Amino acid sequence: MSQPTAFGAESVRVHSSFIRMTKARYNSRSKVFLGRAVGALTLLTGVLLAAALCTASEPQASSVPSIFDSRSTPADSIRHFSFFVLSITGVIFLVVFTLLTYAIVKFRDKSGDRGREPAQVYGSTQIELAWTVIPILIVAVLFAATARVIHAIEDAPKPSTALEVTVIGHQFWWEFRYPALAIVTANELHIPVSDPDHPTPTFLKLLSSDTDHSFWIPQLAGKTDLIPNRVNGTWLDPHETGLFLGQCAQYCGTQHAKMLLRVSVDGPEAFEAWVKAQKQPPVQDEKETAGRRVFETTACVNCHAVGGTNANGRFGPDLTHLMSRETIASGAAENNREKLRLWIQDPDAIKPGSLMPAMKLSDNDLDALVRYLETLR
Amino acid sequence: MASDAMTIRTAEATGRPWVEILHEWVTTVDHKRLGILYITYALVFLVIGGIEAMIIRIQLMYPHFNFVSPQVFNRLFTMHGTTMIFFVAMPVLFGFANYLVPLMVGARDMAFPRLNAFSFWLSAFGGFLLYFSLVGGSGLYGAGTAPDVGWWAYAPLTARAFSPGHSSDYWTIAVLVSGFGSIGTAINIIATILCMRCPGMTLGRMPLLAWLNLVMGGMVLITISPLAAAQIMLLIDRYLGGHFFDTQAGGSAAIWMHFFWIFGHPEVYILIIPCFAFMSEIVPVFSRKPIFGYPVMVGATVCIGFVSLSVWAHHMFTIGMGSYANGFFAITSMVVGVPTGIKIFNWLGTMWGGKIQFKTAMLFCIGFLFQFLIAGLTGIMLASAPFDWQLSLSYFVVAHFHYVIVGGILFALFAAFYYWYPKITGRMLSESLGKLHFWLFFAGFHLTFDLMHIPGLLGMPRRIYTYEPGRGWDTLNFLVSIGAFVQGIAILVFVANLVVSYFKGAKAGNDPWDAWTLEWLVSSPPPAYNFASIPTVASRRPLWDLKHPEDPDSRYE
Repeated sequence: MSQPTAFGAESVRVHSSFIRMTKARYNSRSKVFLGRAVGALTLLTGVLLAAALCTASEPQASSVPSIFDSRSTPADSIRHFSFFVLSITGVIFLVVFTLLTYAIVKFRDKSGDRGREPAQVYGSTQIELAWTVIPILIVAVLFAATARVIHAIEDAPKPSTALEVTVIGHQFWWEFRYPALAIVTANELHIPVSDPDHPTPTFLKLLSSDTDHSFWIPQLAGKTDLIPNRVNGTWLDPHETGLFLGQCAQYCGTQHAKMLLRVSVDGPEAFEAWVKAQKQPPVQDEKETAGRRVFETTACVNCHAVGGTNANGRFGPDLTHLMSRETIASGAAENNREKLRLWIQDPDAIKPGSLMPAMKLSDNDLDALVRYLETLR
Repeated sequence: MASDAMTIRTAEATGRPWVEILHEWVTTVDHKRLGILYITYALVFLVIGGIEAMIIRIQLMYPHFNFVSPQVFNRLFTMHGTTMIFFVAMPVLFGFANYLVPLMVGARDMAFPRLNAFSFWLSAFGGFLLYFSLVGGSGLYGAGTAPDVGWWAYAPLTARAFSPGHSSDYWTIAVLVSGFGSIGTAINIIATILCMRCPGMTLGRMPLLAWLNLVMGGMVLITISPLAAAQIMLLIDRYLGGHFFDTQAGGSAAIWMHFFWIFGHPEVYILIIPCFAFMSEIVPVFSRKPIFGYPVMVGATVCIGFVSLSVWAHHMFTIGMGSYANGFFAITSMVVGVPTGIKIFNWLGTMWGGKIQFKTAMLFCIGFLFQFLIAGLTGIMLASAPFDWQLSLSYFVVAHFHYVIVGGILFALFAAFYYWYPKITGRMLSESLGKLHFWLFFAGFHLTFDLMHIPGLLGMPRRIYTYEPGRGWDTLNFLVSIGAFVQGIAILVFVANLVVSYFKGAKAGNDPWDAWTLEWLVSSPPPAYNFASIPTVASRRPLWDLKHPEDPDSRYE
């Protein structure tokens, strides 16, 4: 990751020069304050620069989920709006910062005329009126812009071409259901890219089966919470294909940190192919009956479902097409034989505090079970 | 002035058995002693909460770091937040209010001394109860002791289904009990200010510190009540089969959020308004000018008091309240910035044309001004609802409110310590240690909290015990942690200064800063019952009038 390192390093540089400056000039009172002001200014410029750097990142989907690297209409609107808010607050900052710095430098107590108090001024109605009215005008402008963007995003009509997906938050994984396509999957959301000429946005219905969660893919949209006993919604219309990362943003319990979220935005053909693969009836490989027997006769079936078997648990992710996913444990580990084995044997090694119990199987059963799971394509 | 026999000082107490001294402190109803108890108690919890913060920062130094387990991490951020808000910020501000308000309004004690002691011991018991959970309860599934539901304790995470055992109960009852203490102190502050002022001190001549604490007291009365109600409802849910927040049985998780934040947001102002009060006393003295626009300062504070009661749901922009509710809370949240801005400008106006003396107290005040300005502006960003959909629940928010609480409240508190320590102990704090403390803390603060905004913009949510490598968060988190340690060292310098100066500091005298309010009229530390004869005032700056009989303020007011 060259980009974050670059601005990280810059921040260090700004800081060390700032500390040097204040040390070297510590003896002279007035210069300390000049130094301090300049230092603070440099520091803030550094921070702003760093923030600006994030906005100017390369076009392909990066693994840095920056809110300024938006690839979908709601995130774009927020980005444009945020530039507006940042410039207004930036101007206010510069004006007040300059005034404060000027006052500190200009009106410091110069030694020599001690004992005489400065002119005692109690206030000024005109000036105080000015710094009341101007902020009120700024608030009016800011609010008008805010209301416009709220309306554009929250009250957007759902076109008939929209794909509907129900997202259900669980401790600590995501369930995705496509009612129109009869697909149930977990943790990796697949949605079609939306061509502006033929928009195919995805409208998400957000539910929770236990505690509060929050759905957040910074590059695609702002976050919306999933709250039990309440129906929320949000929408995405990504203009580009690619993989977009996010994670649960509302504290939901012990493993909130590893409730990761991946959204794969597919081109029309790729999405069709994915849908087709997901809709295929589950293949039961005759060679792996031993592993299937382990699966069907242990506690696995209480929580997991596999189409075409007696396993219909809903507490954990649906495993019918497990091997079509790149990760397990809600993005906490790669989906490969070694990790699958570890996950079944000792979930705490990957995700301590997750609700998957350690299965305590014999090595033979464990190997058979992993081989069986690998047939669930 | 008062005879020596009347003064109460611990230094004089040497030679008496310690049990007697302890008994005196435990049973005291003296506002000054209770103030000192509040402040000491808060400082102890500041160190505890600070250590929790350090452990959190060590854990977040590297991605996938294993310094503490997720269970321990969740307890740490819950305890850190609860401790810092309820058992550091509230008591330390109540402590200063207790100590200063009677002195500044020319009274001999608070209106209800026994209620005062009762309130303190309730709060102290609350803090003890919270930490007793470390040996007393179990938390979320598979987790050990101490509350781990976050300091907002959002439903339904606190339901018995998700939080078996008693750790959530310790949190609930600790906050409830200390809340009762806060209500008692608020009543006391309001009654003292309204009824105990010395002759001549009309409302318009009160020091701003008294005015601002009056507003703070009123806000405590209004906002602690819904919090207490919510805690009681939660206890009913957990033990008496209620379903207020039990979503499995048709309860509402959102209603807890409303209850919590109608307390939680005004709480920020409850904490910052007394800090505005410190600013409004200290900035004029070190600028050698009266406060600029006294009536407007009072008006702006009262305005903040009212408006801040209608902004709470800006903490809930992401819960799907709908566009009209979001719009309403966006505009109220922006409007509260107007009176707050007026305050910043009026402090600027106070310094303008003055002769600014850069004592340590003033340095912290200036730090406050710059940092509070930035905190206010990031607040405007968060009030802009659509922007908040990205920023909310991320590290940007964590950076923002630490800018308010550390950059604002803590800086103002340090200013207050340097300014009033001589009055409380009779000894000056060391200026050289003070300047070291300031610059170290200033550097650490900016290293930590300036950079902390950025991971939030890059998609890092708060309250995660670890994070994935390669998302652009690694270097930043490392630097943020380094800054935290620098702040930790600065706090040690401060504590050392408090201790060393108590024994070796220069004698303060009555009025080391050449100040203008009544507390500087009496000896340092002030005698028992403060004033041998109750003073009479004729203006907002009675000591100015005394020192400048040829040009008294009373001529202009």
